[in-house]
Amino acid sequence: MKDKKREVNGLSRRKVLKGAAATAGAVAGSGGLGGFPTIWAQNIKDITLNHTGMSYSTLIDISRQASADLGFTVEMSVVDHAGLTNRMVQDPESIDVADSEIWQTKLFVPQGVTQAVDVSRISLWDKITPLYTQGMFAGKEVSRQGDSPYEIMYRESKDATSFAGGPTGWATFMPGVYNADTLGIRPDLVGRPIEKWGDLFSSEFAGKAAIQNIPTIGIMDAIMAAESAGEITYADKGNPTREEIDATINKLIELKNDGHWRALWNTFDESVNLMASGEVVIQSMWSPAVTAVRSQGIPCAYQPLTEGYRGWGNGIALMSHLDGLKLDAAYEYLNWYISGWVGGFIAKQGYYISVPETARSHLSDNEWGFFYGGEAATADIVSPTGQKTNSAGEMRDGGSYEERFANVAVWNNLMDEAAYLFPKWNEFNAA
Amino acid sequence: MKLSKATRYLQVAPLAILLFAFVVVPLSLVVVVSFYTYLHLIGIVPDFTLVNYIDVLSNLVNWKLYLSTLKFTFFTLAITLALGFWIAYFLVFHVRNILVAIGLFLVCTVPFWTSNIIRMISWKPLLGKYGLINQGLMSAGVVDEPVEWLLFSDFAVIVSYVHLYTLFMIVPIFNSMARIDKSLIEAAVNGGATRWGVVWHVILPLCKSGIALGSVFVVTLVMGDFFVVTVMSGGLSGSVTFGIFNDLKFLNYPRASANAVVLVIIVLIFAAGIMRLVDVRKELTR
Repeated sequence: MKDKKREVNGLSRRKVLKGAAATAGAVAGSGGLGGFPTIWAQNIKDITLNHTGMSYSTLIDISRQASADLGFTVEMSVVDHAGLTNRMVQDPESIDVADSEIWQTKLFVPQGVTQAVDVSRISLWDKITPLYTQGMFAGKEVSRQGDSPYEIMYRESKDATSFAGGPTGWATFMPGVYNADTLGIRPDLVGRPIEKWGDLFSSEFAGKAAIQNIPTIGIMDAIMAAESAGEITYADKGNPTREEIDATINKLIELKNDGHWRALWNTFDESVNLMASGEVVIQSMWSPAVTAVRSQGIPCAYQPLTEGYRGWGNGIALMSHLDGLKLDAAYEYLNWYISGWVGGFIAKQGYYISVPETARSHLSDNEWGFFYGGEAATADIVSPTGQKTNSAGEMRDGGSYEERFANVAVWNNLMDEAAYLFPKWNEFNAA
Repeated sequence: MKLSKATRYLQVAPLAILLFAFVVVPLSLVVVVSFYTYLHLIGIVPDFTLVNYIDVLSNLVNWKLYLSTLKFTFFTLAITLALGFWIAYFLVFHVRNILVAIGLFLVCTVPFWTSNIIRMISWKPLLGKYGLINQGLMSAGVVDEPVEWLLFSDFAVIVSYVHLYTLFMIVPIFNSMARIDKSLIEAAVNGGATRWGVVWHVILPLCKSGIALGSVFVVTLVMGDFFVVTVMSGGLSGSVTFGIFNDLKFLNYPRASANAVVLVIIVLIFAAGIMRLVDVRKELTR
């Protein structure tokens, strides 16, 4: 059963081995990591490529490794979600490659500030997960609630300012890191098994629950919980109507007034502290935050729930102003990005890369089995910073890569009523 | 001595240039942007519209935020005023050795050797559900369950404000009290005034300027704050500045600017009111 699932996904053991062997061959052949650099120009070393994105994927370690492997400099600029779209549109020249979330493409593509990625120049394009490129996963159609990656994946031409209906040779961005999010819990303090999103609203956890104060994502957690708790039903959880938003915010306010929320967190660190201190036992959480709590030796689970996950994904877009050697360098960087090192590094944060099989060569068999295979760790698992996060014998919450992404219920999104949502969310804050 | 016109202009030039560059220019920009239109999640588009002001003033949420900010301002002002006055009173009139007084005064500033943020965050392990106070109360058997309103509450916000801003009250009051001629107090006592009478009829009126300046500091600091209120209330209480910050998160600079202009006007009204009650300029040149 398991093998069949893998075969369908194009990730059979044999194929993975073949991929690993090919990568190993390339390493041996070029004498360099993954065969980079592939472009040789006198002045390539003078090139500096600016990668701008959000804190969770715009990591200094990636730029260091890229600069070492590629022979030109990659620098990282960290901004928040709104900051990225703002800079892309208001000051496009200040960015070379933008590490954007799926829903953000709906804002910047119509503004014409990016050029589509020429698929033929991405050597591993065929290996990219069909989650992005075909809207399929493990042989099944991926949920279209919210902004699923496939819907924004293609454009008709390099400079098109709208999305194409199906696959073309021009991609909106090159798929990067992604994950399926769920609720974080303190298994030692919740006192019973947590199975539903609705448990976030459960009165048992009054004064011990928290939700993220980032409206676009916080509302999704609230919607998942409200539907699961049987409070509200939604026609499309990824695109609620004004009435549905009103009902959801009213529910959040009602809970707030009843003292249900211990806190609303704004930053990653706050979510870690709330959980680690035991102030909160169930809350919205991001995968690396769970890792951060666990690396303090405190039990924390990224709990799979029956309704499924809230998926999100990033991609790397090329800004319009790139041309000549700098554009070549940008393509070189995109190819490097999915060639394995990044995939291995971010796997330890709990994220996945668009070409999983290349990540394998940068993970030990134990790590690969743990992060992707859903298998019990055969030795301790350590975070990128060296702290132990899981002991031998433990399994990753939510099981294998396949089990996770086959269960994405809804995607992070820019809903049609987003402009209506924001002031409503302020009401929740002020209530 | 009569200064020439040029010399006088030259004398005010450094401060004037500074104020122009760092107050007038940025504030004018804020006013200009407050009339621009907002493009969803993209930012500003030059325009002349009153929509932002209509939004700010017609929104019930905003009124609530102003009310909440005023509440924090009132409580903080009352507590810091009481603390500040009596601490300054103690330092000036009860500590007989001037060196000891100055030493104690410096001790008040010790917390300021570290950052605002650290001073505020350090309340968390104390007030938390499993913090020191709750541990103490539980082991003393006073309570069975941890007291939850200590942290992530209005109480925690006010505690932090008082801790952070009391010194801004102590300094000006200390300054004006220290300049009170001790013979005035002797005269009052000789005239039969009680200890309270001296405080009420002599000392209090004579440190009005200090109280006014301290109040201006505290009012502007509390009304302009969003960080303390967000962190210490766990995001559960709002403030006007937090509303502005929320708008900035969605790049709605125009509405944020309009709200900022309204806030500046309200703070100015407060400051003007305090200054009207006490003619600080006259008091200082006394």
